Amino acid sequence: MNRFFGRTLLSATLLTAPLSLPAFAETQINALFMAQAAYSEADVRAMTEAFTKANPDIKVNLEFVPYEGLHDKTVLAQGAGNAYDVVLFDVIWPAEFAANNVLVDVSSKITDEMKAGVLPGAWTTVKYDEKFYGMPWILDTKYLFYNKEILEKAGIANPPKTWEELAADAKIIKDKGILASPIAWSWAQAEAAICDYTTLVSAFGGDFLKDGKPAFQSGGGLDALKYMVDSYTSGITNPNSKEFLEEDVRKVFENGDAAFALNWTYMYNMANDPKDSKVAGKIGVVPAPGVAGKSEASAVNGSMGLGITTASKHQDEAWKYIVFMTSQATQNAYAKLSLPIWASSYEDPAVTEGQEELIAAAKTGLAVMYPRPTTPKYQEISVALQQAIQEALLGQSSPEDALKTAAENSGL
Amino acid sequence: MSGTWITTRAWLLMLPLLIVMVAVIGWPLADTVHLSFTDAKLVGTSGSYVGFDNYVRLLSGNAFGRTLFTTTFFAVVVVTTEMLLGVLAALLLNQQFHGRTLLRALLILPWALPTVVNATLWRLIYNPEYGALNAALTQLGILSDYRSWLGEPGTALTALIVADCWKNFPLVALIALAALQAVPRDVVAASYVDGANAFSRFRFVTLPYLAGPLLVALVLRTIEAFKVFDIIWVMTRGGPANSTRTMSILVYQEAFSFQRAGSGASLALIVTLIITVLAVAYGTIVKKLAGSAA
Repeated sequence: MNRFFGRTLLSATLLTAPLSLPAFAETQINALFMAQAAYSEADVRAMTEAFTKANPDIKVNLEFVPYEGLHDKTVLAQGAGNAYDVVLFDVIWPAEFAANNVLVDVSSKITDEMKAGVLPGAWTTVKYDEKFYGMPWILDTKYLFYNKEILEKAGIANPPKTWEELAADAKIIKDKGILASPIAWSWAQAEAAICDYTTLVSAFGGDFLKDGKPAFQSGGGLDALKYMVDSYTSGITNPNSKEFLEEDVRKVFENGDAAFALNWTYMYNMANDPKDSKVAGKIGVVPAPGVAGKSEASAVNGSMGLGITTASKHQDEAWKYIVFMTSQATQNAYAKLSLPIWASSYEDPAVTEGQEELIAAAKTGLAVMYPRPTTPKYQEISVALQQAIQEALLGQSSPEDALKTAAENSGL
Repeated sequence: MSGTWITTRAWLLMLPLLIVMVAVIGWPLADTVHLSFTDAKLVGTSGSYVGFDNYVRLLSGNAFGRTLFTTTFFAVVVVTTEMLLGVLAALLLNQQFHGRTLLRALLILPWALPTVVNATLWRLIYNPEYGALNAALTQLGILSDYRSWLGEPGTALTALIVADCWKNFPLVALIALAALQAVPRDVVAASYVDGANAFSRFRFVTLPYLAGPLLVALVLRTIEAFKVFDIIWVMTRGGPANSTRTMSILVYQEAFSFQRAGSGASLALIVTLIITVLAVAYGTIVKKLAGSAA
């Protein structure tokens, strides 16, 4: 008798199990983010949790890779047929992604409200050929950070307004024996070096391309590399900069071993955290300097956007997630490591409180953001320029020759 | 009659494996050969036939020769060092002493570490601002200032070679140690009686027993060293100024960063060809040695 009941119960359970499954059915979307600069992994997880709480029928699987792996991972997953639904993409990729049909054109999904509310500069991040390939999410540029204590010790009253002043200030600090090499940059053979170079190109009024042909080998482009080489060979730049990425710069700066450092927004609040940083409370931030007679300030457009891949089978859910992640409410709540894309956020005390200096620098910096070349062949130009920068720094060739070679190898 | 049946049966028994091998090795290889004659992109277009254009462009470009040299240099130095270190470590661990078992277990540790972990570890050791190597050398008075080991073309490749040797010499040591167990004790004892010194005992008694297994290790390590990718990708990404760019990194850049699947395939095939030549050469040597031993 018991055995009979047991069997019946078992078969009943087995029979109904498949039937009860649909009740738990949920859409799963896979999203690819980076674990480097801007929003921290913890921030992204918290934002996503808030999203799934509001949308219990959508489950978001998160994956984080270093920035250096983001582009290749996106393309490879697409090529291999197990693409992500939502991907974080850099401002330099939409041209290539559009040409190779990696991202969905979402122009029709962007509302007038979004168009009016988001800063115009932010839209350049996701736009290519008058089409929108996602929503801007991280609005970022490189700022000049300085150590107030060191500047005071050296008798420097104000942070530099031009690159020339920066070099002079650094020399004072070096000559007074306060620091052996006061400036830290991210000049490793990676995209990070191109971001620093672009900041200088914008300051010197240079051009990457003219009529689709390389133009960086003369004028402002050449002046920018010459400045880097001078700064390196004169010893005012930390020589290890040529193997640094952004995180290395942050560690050196937080350790009090740099008077000046060029880095993204996220360093401001991280370096101000006494838990990890020896320089908390002593940090100043200003827009990257300009060049007398050419520019007041300089900045690289280092923004990133969230887009939907063409291979995604859940494009509606993916868009819902992107809208949530880029919404003003979400961005205002996590405005410590990355600043919002929404214009009115910059007047919101909840956003500006405690980081007034950063907001002031952002207002100038974000307005002069300079783009890296917009072309489907961006990766090739970038790799060629990375090599040119390193060869010039190492003295293997002159800035002129290095850039000439880069122009020949750029594929354009 | 029975002979044919044995042959037929052998083929029948091997058939499932052959099918699997054709599916997972043969087909991708054939596809790569096909790709190498097209201008296919990684995503999007499947490309059109371009003949030998990819090969001509790659072989005449200046990146190829330099990268081939870097790779060969890396492979030769790494394999030579690992063979020497491995045999020496094996000879040591073959002696009778207290703690031998513990040391033998520890020997496997570097080799058992995932390459990425090993690379990250060495990156920390070489760190120019707070790395252990700089600290040790300056505190010992050998170096006056901290140095950028991975940031200078002169030291970056050497630094990578050291990291790779540390990880991979245990493999050679393990193979050599296993071979040493097979050296008959009576022959060793006889050589003692004959008054042979340590070097002669190694050269004429031990080494002949080691030669075969060591050749296997040599083949394995050469092939692996020639296609090295991960340790370099994590530590220098081919920099500074491309001084540590190896063939595999060039293939990756061409196929994945630049999305040129066609020329990436051509480059990959050139690397495969070089490795095949090496493997066949070693195979011939092994066969000759086996023949002369018999």
